[in-house]
Amino acid sequence: MKKVLTKYKQYIWLAVFLLATAASFLVGFNPGKVVFGNFTKFFIEMVSFIPFLFTIVGLFDVWFPKEKVEKHIGQESGLKGIFLVILLAMLQAGPLYGAFPVAYILFKKGASIKNIFIYLGAFSSLKIPMLGIEIGYLGLQFTLARTLVSLPLFIAVGYFMEWHLKGRDFKVNQL
Amino acid sequence: MVNNAFIFIVVSFVLTMVSFVLDRRKTIMGLKKGWNMFRNIAIPFLNILILVSLVLHIVPPSLIVQYLGAGSGYHGMAIAALVGSITQIPGFISYPIAATLIQQGASYMTIATFMTTLMMVGIVTFPLEAKYFGKKVAALRNVLSFVSAVIIGLLVGVFL
Repeated sequence: MKKVLTKYKQYIWLAVFLLATAASFLVGFNPGKVVFGNFTKFFIEMVSFIPFLFTIVGLFDVWFPKEKVEKHIGQESGLKGIFLVILLAMLQAGPLYGAFPVAYILFKKGASIKNIFIYLGAFSSLKIPMLGIEIGYLGLQFTLARTLVSLPLFIAVGYFMEWHLKGRDFKVNQL
Repeated sequence: MVNNAFIFIVVSFVLTMVSFVLDRRKTIMGLKKGWNMFRNIAIPFLNILILVSLVLHIVPPSLIVQYLGAGSGYHGMAIAALVGSITQIPGFISYPIAATLIQQGASYMTIATFMTTLMMVGIVTFPLEAKYFGKKVAALRNVLSFVSAVIIGLLVGVFL
């Protein structure tokens, strides 16, 4: 019973909304109609690009598997190391706390402090699926501006952390 | 918006064709993966669209312009940065919200700040982060991220 409930819980909102909308149209409740109008606009906006975005993301996932990039990451230094951690971060998905276990793996594989924090920065806001949604909703111009401004700052944070933590016995713990 | 959708449709179509010519099996696998990801977010996404549609009707645009618009200045920035740091909204959900706020008169500067703090600063997840990096380092990362987000917001505001 509990399992069934959690499975269908996410549909409750949708069901209530559709019922309320149907009722609004039946009795001529105007705010209900306006809200449904808003929803229709958002819905069309969403289906006009999100399925295509996921087509692109799915193909990307098969051709550039993150496991492959992860294998090549380690003690590379300099530009190549920075480039690789950013690339690895861009191939991920999910919220920032999903990046912490990967930070541990990077740490264990001997990645520098700088690269671990650059990874976290890039993970937070340069993931490819998210960039796709951002372009869809906020436009290419906004996405490019935000990305190009963010990148140097993430790298700067990485350098600062390395400078600050060097010789202080920094480590990433496994949970 | 129409232009954006057009770009996505063309790019996904061309990539699928190229991928199909190169490797049929991989392509089918990729399409399946994409479809599964889409299915996973579809219902939560619809739910948030319902919520945004409701809130949009209740909150008048003038209020959004007043607190988050171009004229709101540092006040708007502060609100955006604080709300972004405290709340924990999944990325794909925050974009329709951000787009609506901009349509209703919020400035790019405040929205860039809001989005960046949302993604980089996690007060709710701080205890978890502290377990991985230690309290001091986790705190430092969050503070630096907060400062970065404000700088990013200001610079995006200059460019757009």
